[in-house]
Amino acid sequence: MSNTHKDYAGAKLGMWLFLFTEVLLFGGMFVLYAAYLHEYRADFHVGGKQLDVFIGTLNTVVLLFSSFAIAAAITFIQQGKKKLAVNFTYLTIACAGIFVINKTIEWRAKFHHGIWPDSPHLREMSHGENIFFGLYFLMTGLHAVHVVIGAILLSVMVWFMKKDVINQQDFVKLENAGLYWHIVDLIWIFLFPLFYLVL
Amino acid sequence: MSNNSLSFWEDSGSSRSGIMAWLTTTDHKRIGLMYMYIILAMFIAGLCLGLAIRLELIAPGRTIMDAQTYNTVFTLHGVIMIFIVVIPSIPAAIGNLVLPIQLGAEDVAFPRLNLFSWYLYVGGTLLALVSLFTGGGAPDTGWTFYVPFSEFTTTNVSVAVIAVFILGFSSILTGLNFITTIHRLRAPGMTWTKIPLFTWSLYATGWIQVLATPVLGITVLLIFAERVLGVGLFDPNKGGDPILYQHLFWIYSHPAVYIMILPAMGVVSDIIPVFARKPIFGYKAIAFSSLMIAFAGSLVWAHHMFTSGMSDTAVLIFSLLTFVVAIPSAIKVFNWTATLYKGSISVEPPLLYALGFIFLFSVGGLTGLILGSAGTDVHVHDTYFVVSHFHYVIFGGTGFGMFAAAHFWLPKYYGRMYNKKIAKIAFYILFVGFNLLYFPLFIIGLEGMPRRYYDYLPQYQEGHVISTVGSWILAVGIIIMLVNLWRGFTKGEKVGRNPWGAATLEWATPTPPPLLNFDEEPDASRKPYDFRGITPDE
Repeated sequence: MSNTHKDYAGAKLGMWLFLFTEVLLFGGMFVLYAAYLHEYRADFHVGGKQLDVFIGTLNTVVLLFSSFAIAAAITFIQQGKKKLAVNFTYLTIACAGIFVINKTIEWRAKFHHGIWPDSPHLREMSHGENIFFGLYFLMTGLHAVHVVIGAILLSVMVWFMKKDVINQQDFVKLENAGLYWHIVDLIWIFLFPLFYLVL
Repeated sequence: MSNNSLSFWEDSGSSRSGIMAWLTTTDHKRIGLMYMYIILAMFIAGLCLGLAIRLELIAPGRTIMDAQTYNTVFTLHGVIMIFIVVIPSIPAAIGNLVLPIQLGAEDVAFPRLNLFSWYLYVGGTLLALVSLFTGGGAPDTGWTFYVPFSEFTTTNVSVAVIAVFILGFSSILTGLNFITTIHRLRAPGMTWTKIPLFTWSLYATGWIQVLATPVLGITVLLIFAERVLGVGLFDPNKGGDPILYQHLFWIYSHPAVYIMILPAMGVVSDIIPVFARKPIFGYKAIAFSSLMIAFAGSLVWAHHMFTSGMSDTAVLIFSLLTFVVAIPSAIKVFNWTATLYKGSISVEPPLLYALGFIFLFSVGGLTGLILGSAGTDVHVHDTYFVVSHFHYVIFGGTGFGMFAAAHFWLPKYYGRMYNKKIAKIAFYILFVGFNLLYFPLFIIGLEGMPRRYYDYLPQYQEGHVISTVGSWILAVGIIIMLVNLWRGFTKGEKVGRNPWGAATLEWATPTPPPLLNFDEEPDASRKPYDFRGITPDE
């Protein structure tokens, strides 16, 4: 096509604008968290103590490492080391898998204790605890959805690298996917202390 | 591959033909037209619902429908008109047609994303239609989906809110695309102070779309979660706070008002100087006031909630900020008036619609201040005064802005001119019908007629009757206008490059424009409202 058009800076600008929308999407939930923390401080404390700090910390480490892995993959593709780039992207996807498995274990334990949205047990607890666990499931759930979307996106990037759509000269797609992965990580960096540590 | 002597109607840029060439196109002009056709169809649907509401209200008690049907009809009227018609109207339809050419670009920054936005829009629209005929019946919550009612009503709110989410996503991607296009694809010589004001207004709009719409996204997702999971975040029985829902909803939905009105202001800013044959007065002030409106407009949401329960301090601050938004809006109105002053005015149809915009928007804007000041708001809150106010702004403003844009730009894209005399007659009928329809509502609103009620006391009937008669006149005006445009674009006289004698770049290309917009390198260093040496064709 005569009118093919590549604009590296434009592609990055578009991605950053999209990341703003992700921040604001979660922003709405953080507003709710702030308002309800203000209203139910004691109940949030009780709820927060019931969360599994070990799995939370483990998942934080996994995500931080995955962010390193995808950043390394981008550096490798820029240096023309495609095989390493592909492997480090696989590593990132594996971290996403570990994160989701840990999350499932954590949620199953909660279900085991009779805690899920609108569960009979939760309805007997105080209003504040109900809201705390409601926010816990919705916010970590929405985040987990983003982890899965990120993993799918990175899988597509692997396919692109194998098809040579992404290469040493044209790597902005992988960079943008990496940016998306970083925002998924970054949101967790805020969720983790708010639910597991500060309460 | 692409041939500059063929227009974009003939040259699709792909090997496909017929309808498939349209459905797979990445050409901004074709996408703009595809938006326009769906918006038009849904506008007519929303219009019929509006006429049904007016007919029901011509007399107290039951006239043509029962109360539950009435609730669903006004909900559908709101959802269709706001989310499917008005929000995408000027940005997605006219913006796609005009913005890249005004910048001297061949297309938007992300053409495939642009097509994807259109598919999201179509998907959201279809899903909204599905919600009418499935589940427990059409939604009856009003377009605001206020909790707790929206959590517990048995009507099909769940599907409707997902439709709104998808439509919002489409709007976000359009805004993102336009911002990137304006930053990256301006032709050489097109500095920031040479961007036409319509495109400037879309720039400000794009930022609101990108920054405010996600909040709507999470809000409607939460309604969905509440209905499916019963978390109780907004349910007082489970510790939730319904007021928080209202905050989240209006954090998007007030800025959304500026998504609707800013592009219309941009249309007027581009039309007025052309027909006054004078450079726009206060170019920088108008461009900057768009950004000011976008910024300040994002900080006033709680003025929708003065009677919902808020501290007096919060009421005072939000009331003050609301007054602040009036300043950049007034800057625009004064600059338009100053542009007309001592101009060589030729009263063509686009100018008439633009003048209609200024008058109706001013009425809507000034009554907005009555609503923005807390003391008077308590008196008129949730009355027909509010209904009248926002119809003056959104229909009188954005609607007339859209009509002005259609009369101004569409001849360029269809290559044919409508009958100007009939267009003017249609305008006068529309204008009279509009004021007959909405002005009495101010009066019965002040007298205490509540909005959304199915029935009313006999004392309000006079106002309702005048209003309903006005709605018929308005409908006649719209039919004449649309038929005239349709006949013009299929059978009208062919037009040349520059039928109005405008100076922005879209008038420097062939009519209709070729696939890649320009047959020769445009001179983008020229000022957009410098009319020296430019005369209308003929």
